[in-house]
Amino acid sequence: MILAAGAEAVIDLVDDVVVKHRIEKKYRLSDIDLKLRQERTRSEAKIMSAARRLGVSTPIIYDLNTVDIVMEYIYGTQLKHVIDTTLVRKAGEIVGILHRGGIIHGDLTTSNMLYCKDRIYFIDFGLSFFDTSTEARGVDVHVFFQTLKSSHEKPEELKTAFMNGYRMTLAEADQVFQRVREIEKRGRYT
Amino acid sequence: MKGNYVLGIEGTAWNLSAAIVDEKNVVIEKTATYKPRAGGIHPREAAQHHASHITALLKNVLCYASENNITLDAVAFAQGPGLGPCLRITATAARTISLSCNIPLIGVNHCIAHIEVGIWKTEAEDPVTLYVSGANSQVLAYRGKKYRIFGETMDIGIGNALDKFARAAGLEHPGGPKIEKLARSATHYVQLPYTVKGMDFSFSGLTTACMESLKNGELLPDVCYSFQETAFAMLVEVTERAVAHTGKKEVLLAGGVGANKRLVSMLQIMCDERGIDFYAPEKRYMGDNGTMIAHLGYLQYKAGDTTPIEKSAVNPNFRPDEVTITWKHPQHRQ
Repeated sequence: MILAAGAEAVIDLVDDVVVKHRIEKKYRLSDIDLKLRQERTRSEAKIMSAARRLGVSTPIIYDLNTVDIVMEYIYGTQLKHVIDTTLVRKAGEIVGILHRGGIIHGDLTTSNMLYCKDRIYFIDFGLSFFDTSTEARGVDVHVFFQTLKSSHEKPEELKTAFMNGYRMTLAEADQVFQRVREIEKRGRYT
Repeated sequence: MKGNYVLGIEGTAWNLSAAIVDEKNVVIEKTATYKPRAGGIHPREAAQHHASHITALLKNVLCYASENNITLDAVAFAQGPGLGPCLRITATAARTISLSCNIPLIGVNHCIAHIEVGIWKTEAEDPVTLYVSGANSQVLAYRGKKYRIFGETMDIGIGNALDKFARAAGLEHPGGPKIEKLARSATHYVQLPYTVKGMDFSFSGLTTACMESLKNGELLPDVCYSFQETAFAMLVEVTERAVAHTGKKEVLLAGGVGANKRLVSMLQIMCDERGIDFYAPEKRYMGDNGTMIAHLGYLQYKAGDTTPIEKSAVNPNFRPDEVTITWKHPQHRQ
Protein backbone atom coordinates (compact mmCIF):
# COMPACT_ATOMS: atom_id res chain seq x y z
CA MET A 1 0.00 0.00 0.00
CA ILE A 2 1.39 3.39 -0.99
CA LEU A 3 1.49 5.60 2.10
CA ALA A 4 2.83 8.71 0.40
CA ALA A 5 4.32 9.85 -2.89
CA GLY A 6 6.43 13.00 -2.89
CA ALA A 7 8.58 14.70 -5.49
CA GLU A 8 11.56 12.53 -4.58
CA ALA A 9 10.36 9.25 -3.12
CA VAL A 10 7.51 6.80 -2.74
CA ILE A 11 6.71 5.40 0.71
CA ASP A 12 5.30 1.91 0.47
CA LEU A 13 3.95 -0.34 3.22
CA VAL A 14 4.84 -3.96 2.50
CA ASP A 15 4.13 -6.69 5.10
CA ASP A 16 4.21 -4.29 8.03
CA VAL A 17 7.49 -2.68 7.01
CA VAL A 18 7.96 0.65 5.30
CA VAL A 19 10.01 0.90 2.12
CA LYS A 20 11.15 4.35 1.11
CA HIS A 21 12.12 4.20 -2.54
CA ARG A 22 13.81 7.13 -4.26
CA ILE A 23 12.28 7.51 -7.70
CA GLU A 24 14.31 7.63 -10.89
CA LYS A 25 14.16 11.01 -12.57
CA LYS A 26 14.17 10.69 -16.34
CA TYR A 27 15.04 14.34 -16.91
CA ARG A 28 18.38 13.74 -15.19
CA LEU A 29 21.32 11.96 -16.78
CA SER A 30 21.33 8.41 -15.36
CA ASP A 31 24.91 8.90 -14.10
CA ILE A 32 23.87 11.90 -12.03
CA ASP A 33 20.53 10.44 -11.04
CA LEU A 34 21.73 7.13 -9.63
CA LYS A 35 24.67 8.62 -7.75
CA LEU A 36 22.44 11.27 -6.22
CA ARG A 37 19.78 8.81 -5.12
CA GLN A 38 22.41 6.53 -3.59
CA GLU A 39 24.10 9.37 -1.73
CA ARG A 40 20.84 10.72 -0.41
CA THR A 41 19.61 7.30 0.70
CA ARG A 42 22.85 6.66 2.56
CA SER A 43 22.88 10.11 4.13
CA GLU A 44 19.25 9.82 5.27
CA ALA A 45 19.93 6.47 6.94
CA LYS A 46 23.04 7.86 8.60
CA ILE A 47 21.18 10.84 10.01
CA MET A 48 18.30 8.68 11.25
CA SER A 49 20.76 6.52 13.16
CA ALA A 50 22.52 9.60 14.53
CA ALA A 51 19.17 10.94 15.73
CA ARG A 52 18.43 7.64 17.48
CA ARG A 53 21.76 7.78 19.24
CA LEU A 54 20.76 11.21 20.59
CA GLY A 55 17.70 9.56 22.09
CA VAL A 56 15.20 10.77 19.48
CA SER A 57 12.57 8.21 18.48
CA THR A 58 12.80 7.37 14.79
CA PRO A 59 11.79 4.23 12.89
CA ILE A 60 14.37 1.43 13.21
CA ILE A 61 16.16 0.77 9.92
CA TYR A 62 16.05 -2.90 8.94
CA ASP A 63 17.80 -2.77 5.63
CA LEU A 64 19.44 -0.44 3.16
CA ASN A 65 19.53 -1.10 -0.58
CA THR A 66 21.07 1.25 -3.10
CA VAL A 67 18.07 3.58 -3.29
CA ASP A 68 15.71 2.02 -0.71
CA ILE A 69 15.44 2.30 3.04
CA VAL A 70 13.50 -0.52 4.68
CA MET A 71 12.30 0.52 8.11
CA GLU A 72 9.90 -0.02 10.98
CA TYR A 73 6.27 1.01 10.53
CA ILE A 74 5.13 3.22 13.37
CA TYR A 75 1.52 2.55 14.30
CA GLY A 76 0.97 6.14 15.31
CA THR A 77 -1.13 9.18 14.56
CA GLN A 78 0.29 12.21 12.81
CA LEU A 79 0.83 14.96 15.36
CA LYS A 80 -1.40 17.28 13.35
CA HIS A 81 -4.45 15.20 14.33
CA VAL A 82 -3.77 15.09 18.07
CA ILE A 83 -1.82 18.29 18.64
CA ASP A 84 -2.08 20.14 21.95
CA THR A 85 0.28 22.33 23.98
CA THR A 86 1.70 19.39 25.96
CA LEU A 87 2.61 17.43 22.81
CA VAL A 88 3.98 20.41 20.91
CA ARG A 89 6.12 21.29 23.92
CA LYS A 90 7.48 17.77 23.83
CA ALA A 91 8.14 18.19 20.08
CA GLY A 92 10.07 21.37 20.92
CA GLU A 93 12.26 19.44 23.35
CA ILE A 94 13.02 16.84 20.68
CA VAL A 95 13.90 19.46 18.03
CA GLY A 96 16.20 21.06 20.62
CA ILE A 97 17.91 17.69 21.13
CA LEU A 98 18.37 17.24 17.36
CA HIS A 99 19.79 20.75 16.98
CA ARG A 100 22.09 20.30 19.98
CA GLY A 101 23.34 17.13 18.32
CA GLY A 102 24.09 19.02 15.09
CA ILE A 103 21.14 17.68 13.10
CA ILE A 104 18.83 19.85 11.03
CA HIS A 105 15.66 17.97 10.09
CA GLY A 106 14.91 20.11 7.05
CA ASP A 107 11.18 19.45 6.86
CA LEU A 108 9.69 19.91 10.31
CA THR A 109 5.94 19.65 9.95
CA THR A 110 3.22 18.19 12.15
CA SER A 111 2.81 15.47 9.49
CA ASN A 112 6.40 14.32 9.97
CA MET A 113 5.88 13.67 13.68
CA LEU A 114 3.97 10.56 14.75
CA TYR A 115 2.40 10.15 18.16
CA CYS A 116 2.57 6.54 19.34
CA LYS A 117 2.42 5.01 22.81
CA ASP A 118 3.13 8.29 24.58
CA ARG A 119 6.16 8.97 22.41
CA ILE A 120 6.70 11.30 19.45
CA TYR A 121 8.53 9.69 16.53
CA PHE A 122 10.27 11.88 13.97
CA ILE A 123 10.11 10.65 10.39
CA ASP A 124 11.22 11.72 6.90
CA PHE A 125 14.84 12.77 7.21
CA GLY A 126 15.00 13.13 3.43
CA LEU A 127 16.03 16.78 3.58
CA SER A 128 18.13 16.49 6.74
CA PHE A 129 21.74 17.52 7.09
CA PHE A 130 24.40 18.15 9.73
CA ASP A 131 24.78 21.81 10.68
CA THR A 132 25.13 23.75 13.93
CA SER A 133 24.65 27.28 12.54
CA THR A 134 21.98 29.58 13.94
CA GLU A 135 20.76 30.18 10.38
CA ALA A 136 20.09 26.48 9.69
CA ARG A 137 18.41 26.01 13.07
CA GLY A 138 16.37 29.15 12.48
CA VAL A 139 15.11 27.99 9.09
CA ASP A 140 14.22 24.60 10.60
CA VAL A 141 12.15 26.18 13.39
CA HIS A 142 10.66 28.72 10.98
CA VAL A 143 9.35 25.95 8.73
CA PHE A 144 7.66 24.36 11.76
CA PHE A 145 6.07 27.67 12.83
CA GLN A 146 4.72 28.09 9.30
CA THR A 147 2.97 24.72 9.57
CA LEU A 148 1.43 25.73 12.88
CA LYS A 149 0.19 28.93 11.29
CA SER A 150 -1.20 27.36 8.13
CA SER A 151 -2.83 24.24 9.50
CA HIS A 152 -3.72 24.67 13.17
CA GLU A 153 -5.98 26.74 15.34
CA LYS A 154 -4.45 28.88 18.07
CA PRO A 155 -0.99 28.83 16.46
CA GLU A 156 0.37 31.38 18.93
CA GLU A 157 -0.38 29.16 21.93
CA LEU A 158 1.23 26.16 20.22
CA LYS A 159 4.22 28.25 19.19
CA THR A 160 4.81 29.39 22.78
CA ALA A 161 4.58 25.80 24.04
CA PHE A 162 7.05 24.66 21.38
CA MET A 163 9.45 27.44 22.33
CA ASN A 164 9.29 26.46 25.99
CA GLY A 165 10.18 22.89 25.14
CA TYR A 166 12.97 23.94 22.76
CA ARG A 167 14.49 26.17 25.45
CA MET A 168 14.66 23.17 27.82
CA THR A 169 17.08 21.27 25.60
CA LEU A 170 18.98 23.89 23.61
CA ALA A 171 21.01 26.56 25.40
CA GLU A 172 21.14 28.84 22.33
CA ALA A 173 17.34 28.72 21.88
CA ASP A 174 16.76 32.46 22.18
CA GLN A 175 19.43 33.22 19.59
CA VAL A 176 17.59 30.87 17.23
CA PHE A 177 14.23 32.58 17.91
CA GLN A 178 15.84 35.94 17.19
CA ARG A 179 16.98 34.55 13.82
CA VAL A 180 13.51 33.14 13.14
CA ARG A 181 12.11 36.67 13.44
CA GLU A 182 14.67 37.88 10.89
CA ILE A 183 13.85 35.00 8.55
CA GLU A 184 10.14 35.83 8.79
CA LYS A 185 10.91 39.34 7.52
CA ARG A 186 12.58 37.92 4.42
CA GLY A 187 9.19 36.50 3.48
CA ARG A 188 10.45 33.22 2.07
CA TYR A 189 9.81 29.51 2.63
CA THR A 190 6.06 29.97 2.88
CA MET B 1 -14.34 51.97 -27.01
CA LYS B 2 -10.83 53.33 -27.03
CA GLY B 3 -8.22 51.02 -25.54
CA ASN B 4 -5.45 51.93 -23.17
CA TYR B 5 -1.81 52.10 -24.20
CA VAL B 6 1.20 51.79 -21.95
CA LEU B 7 4.84 52.43 -22.83
CA GLY B 8 7.39 50.19 -21.08
CA ILE B 9 11.13 50.75 -20.84
CA GLU B 10 13.53 47.94 -19.93
CA GLY B 11 17.20 48.53 -19.26
CA THR B 12 18.21 46.56 -16.18
CA ALA B 13 21.33 45.04 -17.73
CA TRP B 14 22.57 44.50 -21.29
CA ASN B 15 19.37 45.08 -23.23
CA LEU B 16 17.74 48.45 -23.73
CA SER B 17 14.25 48.02 -25.05
CA ALA B 18 11.06 50.06 -25.28
CA ALA B 19 7.59 48.85 -26.24
CA ILE B 20 3.98 49.98 -26.36
CA VAL B 21 1.22 47.49 -25.61
CA ASP B 22 -2.54 47.55 -25.27
CA GLU B 23 -4.68 44.93 -23.57
CA LYS B 24 -4.03 42.22 -26.16
CA ASN B 25 -1.19 43.25 -28.46
CA VAL B 26 2.31 44.56 -28.76
CA VAL B 27 1.95 47.73 -30.84
CA ILE B 28 5.68 48.30 -31.29
CA GLU B 29 8.94 47.21 -29.70
CA LYS B 30 12.39 48.63 -30.40
CA THR B 31 15.62 47.35 -28.93
CA ALA B 32 19.28 48.40 -28.68
CA THR B 33 21.57 45.72 -27.30
CA TYR B 34 24.85 46.40 -25.53
CA LYS B 35 27.64 44.09 -26.64
CA PRO B 36 30.83 44.17 -24.57
CA ARG B 37 33.96 44.66 -26.67
CA ALA B 38 35.71 41.97 -24.64
CA GLY B 39 34.85 39.94 -21.57
CA GLY B 40 31.51 40.29 -19.82
CA ILE B 41 29.05 43.08 -19.12
CA HIS B 42 30.67 46.15 -17.59
CA PRO B 43 27.97 48.01 -15.62
CA ARG B 44 29.29 51.48 -16.42
CA GLU B 45 29.78 50.74 -20.10
CA ALA B 46 26.32 49.20 -20.30
CA ALA B 47 24.86 52.35 -18.70
CA GLN B 48 26.79 54.55 -21.17
CA HIS B 49 25.41 52.45 -24.01
CA HIS B 50 21.86 52.91 -22.70
CA ALA B 51 22.39 56.65 -22.22
CA SER B 52 23.63 57.13 -25.77
CA HIS B 53 20.83 55.10 -27.37
CA ILE B 54 17.76 55.83 -25.27
CA THR B 55 16.82 59.14 -26.89
CA ALA B 56 16.78 57.77 -30.45
CA LEU B 57 15.05 54.60 -29.29
CA LEU B 58 12.24 56.42 -27.51
CA LYS B 59 11.88 58.93 -30.34
CA ASN B 60 11.42 56.05 -32.73
CA VAL B 61 8.72 54.44 -30.58
CA LEU B 62 6.93 57.70 -29.72
CA CYS B 63 6.91 58.89 -33.35
CA TYR B 64 5.33 55.60 -34.38
CA ALA B 65 2.69 56.13 -31.70
CA SER B 66 1.82 59.65 -32.83
CA GLU B 67 1.76 58.66 -36.51
CA ASN B 68 -0.78 55.99 -35.61
CA ASN B 69 -2.84 58.26 -33.37
CA ILE B 70 -1.94 56.35 -30.23
CA THR B 71 -2.07 58.36 -27.02
CA LEU B 72 -0.18 56.90 -24.11
CA ASP B 73 -2.04 56.37 -20.83
CA ALA B 74 1.01 55.58 -18.70
CA VAL B 75 4.75 54.97 -18.82
CA ALA B 76 6.31 52.00 -17.03
CA PHE B 77 9.94 51.23 -16.25
CA ALA B 78 11.85 48.45 -14.52
CA GLN B 79 12.58 49.77 -11.04
CA GLY B 80 14.79 46.75 -10.28
CA PRO B 81 16.44 44.36 -9.77
CA GLY B 82 19.34 45.19 -12.03
CA LEU B 83 22.57 47.12 -12.41
CA GLY B 84 22.25 50.47 -10.60
CA PRO B 85 23.83 52.68 -13.31
CA CYS B 86 21.62 51.09 -16.01
CA LEU B 87 18.44 51.31 -13.94
CA ARG B 88 18.96 55.02 -13.38
CA ILE B 89 19.11 55.77 -17.12
CA THR B 90 15.72 54.20 -17.88
CA ALA B 91 14.15 55.57 -14.68
CA THR B 92 15.20 59.11 -15.62
CA ALA B 93 13.78 58.69 -19.12
CA ALA B 94 10.49 57.32 -17.75
CA ARG B 95 10.13 60.16 -15.23
CA THR B 96 10.78 62.69 -17.98
CA ILE B 97 8.06 61.25 -20.21
CA SER B 98 5.66 60.99 -17.28
CA LEU B 99 6.12 64.67 -16.39
CA SER B 100 6.21 66.08 -19.90
CA CYS B 101 3.21 64.09 -21.19
CA ASN B 102 1.42 64.36 -17.85
CA ILE B 103 0.73 60.60 -17.63
CA PRO B 104 1.17 58.30 -14.61
CA LEU B 105 4.54 56.72 -13.90
CA ILE B 106 4.65 53.02 -13.04
CA GLY B 107 7.68 51.32 -11.49
CA VAL B 108 7.56 47.57 -12.05
CA ASN B 109 9.53 44.62 -10.75
CA HIS B 110 11.62 43.11 -13.54
CA CYS B 111 11.23 39.48 -12.32
CA ILE B 112 7.45 39.75 -12.06
CA ALA B 113 7.37 41.27 -15.56
CA HIS B 114 9.05 38.08 -16.84
CA ILE B 115 6.34 35.94 -15.20
CA GLU B 116 3.44 38.12 -16.33
CA VAL B 117 4.53 38.31 -19.96
CA GLY B 118 4.84 34.51 -19.92
CA ILE B 119 1.30 34.16 -18.60
CA TRP B 120 0.11 36.69 -21.18
CA LYS B 121 1.77 35.00 -24.15
CA THR B 122 1.05 31.36 -23.23
CA GLU B 123 -1.99 29.54 -21.86
CA ALA B 124 -0.49 29.32 -18.37
CA GLU B 125 -2.73 30.71 -15.62
CA ASP B 126 -1.23 29.86 -12.27
CA PRO B 127 2.19 28.32 -12.83
CA VAL B 128 5.27 27.56 -10.82
CA THR B 129 7.80 29.73 -12.68
CA LEU B 130 11.44 28.87 -13.22
CA TYR B 131 13.08 32.21 -13.92
CA VAL B 132 16.61 31.83 -15.22
CA SER B 133 18.72 34.69 -16.53
CA GLY B 134 22.22 36.08 -16.15
CA ALA B 135 21.87 37.45 -12.66
CA ASN B 136 18.71 35.69 -11.48
CA SER B 137 17.75 32.11 -10.86
CA GLN B 138 14.54 31.67 -8.93
CA VAL B 139 11.59 29.36 -8.55
CA LEU B 140 8.46 31.38 -7.87
CA ALA B 141 4.76 30.78 -7.41
CA TYR B 142 1.75 32.89 -6.55
CA ARG B 143 0.31 32.64 -3.07
CA GLY B 144 -1.55 35.17 -0.94
CA LYS B 145 -1.25 38.18 -3.28
CA LYS B 146 2.47 37.75 -3.76
CA TYR B 147 4.88 35.90 -5.97
CA ARG B 148 6.74 33.90 -3.35
CA ILE B 149 10.26 32.69 -3.90
CA PHE B 150 10.34 28.97 -3.20
CA GLY B 151 13.93 28.44 -4.18
CA GLU B 152 16.78 30.52 -5.52
CA THR B 153 20.50 30.62 -6.10
CA MET B 154 22.65 31.06 -3.03
CA ASP B 155 25.40 32.74 -5.05
CA ILE B 156 25.43 33.58 -8.79
CA GLY B 157 22.71 33.24 -11.43
CA ILE B 158 22.90 30.34 -13.89
CA GLY B 159 23.49 32.67 -16.85
CA ASN B 160 26.44 34.34 -15.16
CA ALA B 161 27.79 30.91 -14.21
CA LEU B 162 27.67 29.81 -17.86
CA ASP B 163 29.21 33.10 -19.05
CA LYS B 164 31.95 32.94 -16.44
CA PHE B 165 32.94 29.45 -17.51
CA ALA B 166 32.69 30.43 -21.18
CA ARG B 167 35.10 33.33 -20.65
CA ALA B 168 37.57 31.05 -18.87
CA ALA B 169 37.30 28.63 -21.81
CA GLY B 170 37.98 31.44 -24.29
CA LEU B 171 34.45 31.60 -25.69
CA GLU B 172 32.89 34.91 -26.60
CA HIS B 173 30.06 36.66 -24.72
CA PRO B 174 27.30 35.56 -24.40
CA GLY B 175 28.61 32.10 -23.59
CA GLY B 176 25.34 30.21 -23.06
CA PRO B 177 24.49 29.52 -26.73
CA LYS B 178 28.09 28.49 -27.47
CA ILE B 179 28.14 26.08 -24.53
CA GLU B 180 24.83 24.60 -25.70
CA LYS B 181 26.22 24.04 -29.18
CA LEU B 182 29.49 22.51 -27.98
CA ALA B 183 27.62 20.22 -25.58
CA ARG B 184 26.02 18.46 -28.55
CA SER B 185 29.34 16.94 -29.60
CA ALA B 186 30.24 15.58 -26.14
CA THR B 187 31.21 11.95 -25.70
CA HIS B 188 31.01 11.45 -21.92
CA TYR B 189 29.88 12.92 -18.61
CA VAL B 190 32.48 14.50 -16.33
CA GLN B 191 31.77 14.21 -12.58
CA LEU B 192 30.77 17.60 -11.14
CA PRO B 193 29.36 18.78 -7.79
CA TYR B 194 25.55 18.82 -7.59
CA THR B 195 24.47 21.38 -5.01
CA VAL B 196 20.86 21.54 -3.90
CA LYS B 197 20.25 22.47 -0.26
CA GLY B 198 16.62 22.22 0.67
CA MET B 199 15.00 24.44 -1.95
CA ASP B 200 18.08 26.43 -2.91
CA PHE B 201 20.86 25.79 -5.40
CA SER B 202 24.39 27.06 -5.92
CA PHE B 203 26.41 27.47 -9.12
CA SER B 204 29.67 29.01 -7.99
CA GLY B 205 31.38 25.77 -6.95
CA LEU B 206 30.12 24.04 -10.08
CA THR B 207 31.62 26.77 -12.29
CA THR B 208 35.01 26.46 -10.60
CA ALA B 209 34.89 22.67 -10.88
CA CYS B 210 34.24 23.01 -14.63
CA MET B 211 37.30 25.25 -15.03
CA GLU B 212 39.35 22.70 -13.07
CA SER B 213 38.15 19.83 -15.27
CA LEU B 214 39.25 21.76 -18.31
CA LYS B 215 42.69 22.34 -16.80
CA ASN B 216 42.92 18.65 -15.98
CA GLY B 217 42.62 17.77 -19.63
CA GLU B 218 38.91 17.09 -20.10
CA LEU B 219 37.70 18.22 -23.52
CA LEU B 220 35.64 21.39 -23.81
CA PRO B 221 32.52 19.75 -25.34
CA ASP B 222 32.44 17.17 -22.51
CA VAL B 223 32.73 19.84 -19.83
CA CYS B 224 30.07 22.02 -21.52
CA TYR B 225 27.73 19.02 -21.66
CA SER B 226 28.38 18.02 -18.04
CA PHE B 227 27.94 21.61 -16.85
CA GLN B 228 24.53 21.86 -18.53
CA GLU B 229 23.37 18.44 -17.38
CA THR B 230 24.32 19.12 -13.76
CA ALA B 231 23.15 22.71 -13.45
CA PHE B 232 19.85 22.18 -15.25
CA ALA B 233 19.07 19.03 -13.24
CA MET B 234 19.44 21.14 -10.08
CA LEU B 235 17.03 23.76 -11.44
CA VAL B 236 14.48 21.17 -12.55
CA GLU B 237 14.66 19.31 -9.24
CA VAL B 238 13.81 22.42 -7.23
CA THR B 239 11.07 23.35 -9.70
CA GLU B 240 9.55 19.90 -9.24
CA ARG B 241 9.73 20.24 -5.46
CA ALA B 242 7.90 23.56 -5.65
CA VAL B 243 5.25 21.92 -7.85
CA ALA B 244 4.80 19.10 -5.32
CA HIS B 245 4.71 21.55 -2.44
CA THR B 246 2.21 23.99 -3.93
CA GLY B 247 0.08 21.45 -5.78
CA LYS B 248 0.07 23.68 -8.87
CA LYS B 249 -0.55 22.09 -12.27
CA GLU B 250 1.61 24.24 -14.54
CA VAL B 251 5.24 25.16 -15.00
CA LEU B 252 6.34 28.30 -16.84
CA LEU B 253 9.86 29.00 -18.06
CA ALA B 254 11.11 32.61 -18.08
CA GLY B 255 14.38 34.46 -18.59
CA GLY B 256 17.12 34.44 -21.21
CA VAL B 257 18.54 31.02 -20.29
CA GLY B 258 15.10 29.68 -21.21
CA ALA B 259 16.32 29.74 -24.81
CA ASN B 260 18.40 26.62 -24.04
CA LYS B 261 16.76 23.61 -25.69
CA ARG B 262 18.17 21.06 -23.26
CA LEU B 263 16.70 22.94 -20.28
CA VAL B 264 13.35 23.08 -22.09
CA SER B 265 13.41 19.35 -22.78
CA MET B 266 14.30 18.48 -19.17
CA LEU B 267 11.40 20.57 -17.86
CA GLN B 268 9.12 18.97 -20.42
CA ILE B 269 10.11 15.47 -19.26
CA MET B 270 9.56 16.38 -15.60
CA CYS B 271 6.13 17.87 -16.36
CA ASP B 272 5.12 14.86 -18.48
CA GLU B 273 6.10 12.50 -15.66
CA ARG B 274 3.97 14.47 -13.21
CA GLY B 275 1.12 14.89 -15.68
CA ILE B 276 1.17 18.68 -15.57
CA ASP B 277 1.44 21.35 -18.28
CA PHE B 278 4.64 23.02 -19.35
CA TYR B 279 4.74 26.45 -20.98
CA ALA B 280 7.54 28.45 -22.52
CA PRO B 281 6.78 31.68 -24.39
CA GLU B 282 8.47 32.36 -27.72
CA LYS B 283 12.09 33.44 -27.43
CA ARG B 284 11.51 37.20 -27.83
CA TYR B 285 9.46 37.23 -24.61
CA MET B 286 11.89 35.03 -22.69
CA GLY B 287 14.97 37.27 -22.51
CA ASP B 288 14.78 40.87 -21.26
CA ASN B 289 12.38 42.90 -23.40
CA GLY B 290 10.41 46.14 -23.30
CA THR B 291 7.11 44.36 -23.90
CA MET B 292 7.14 42.63 -20.53
CA ILE B 293 7.64 45.95 -18.72
CA ALA B 294 4.87 47.56 -20.77
CA HIS B 295 2.52 44.63 -20.10
CA LEU B 296 3.05 44.60 -16.33
CA GLY B 297 2.76 48.38 -16.45
CA TYR B 298 -0.57 47.90 -18.22
CA LEU B 299 -1.81 45.50 -15.52
CA GLN B 300 -0.76 47.87 -12.75
CA TYR B 301 -2.25 50.86 -14.58
CA LYS B 302 -5.64 49.13 -14.80
CA ALA B 303 -5.42 48.37 -11.07
CA GLY B 304 -4.62 52.02 -10.29
CA ASP B 305 -1.24 50.92 -8.99
CA THR B 306 1.00 53.81 -10.09
CA THR B 307 4.24 55.21 -8.67
CA PRO B 308 4.56 58.79 -7.45
CA ILE B 309 7.85 60.42 -8.55
CA GLU B 310 9.11 60.59 -4.97
CA LYS B 311 8.76 56.81 -4.70
CA SER B 312 10.33 56.06 -8.06
CA ALA B 313 13.92 55.60 -6.91
CA VAL B 314 15.55 52.53 -8.45
CA ASN B 315 16.21 49.45 -6.32
CA PRO B 316 19.03 47.22 -7.62
CA ASN B 317 18.03 44.48 -5.14
CA PHE B 318 14.26 44.71 -5.67
CA ARG B 319 12.86 41.30 -4.70
CA PRO B 320 9.66 40.05 -6.33
CA ASP B 321 8.15 39.07 -2.97
CA GLU B 322 8.24 42.71 -1.87
CA VAL B 323 5.41 43.46 -4.33
CA THR B 324 1.77 43.05 -3.36
CA ILE B 325 -0.14 42.01 -6.45
CA THR B 326 -2.91 44.50 -7.13
CA TRP B 327 -3.99 43.56 -10.62
CA LYS B 328 -6.75 41.25 -11.75
CA HIS B 329 -5.39 37.81 -12.24
CA PRO B 330 -6.62 34.27 -12.93
CA GLN B 331 -4.80 33.26 -9.77
CA HIS B 332 -7.11 35.35 -7.62
CA ARG B 333 -9.77 32.70 -8.09
CA GLN B 334 -7.95 30.40 -5.72
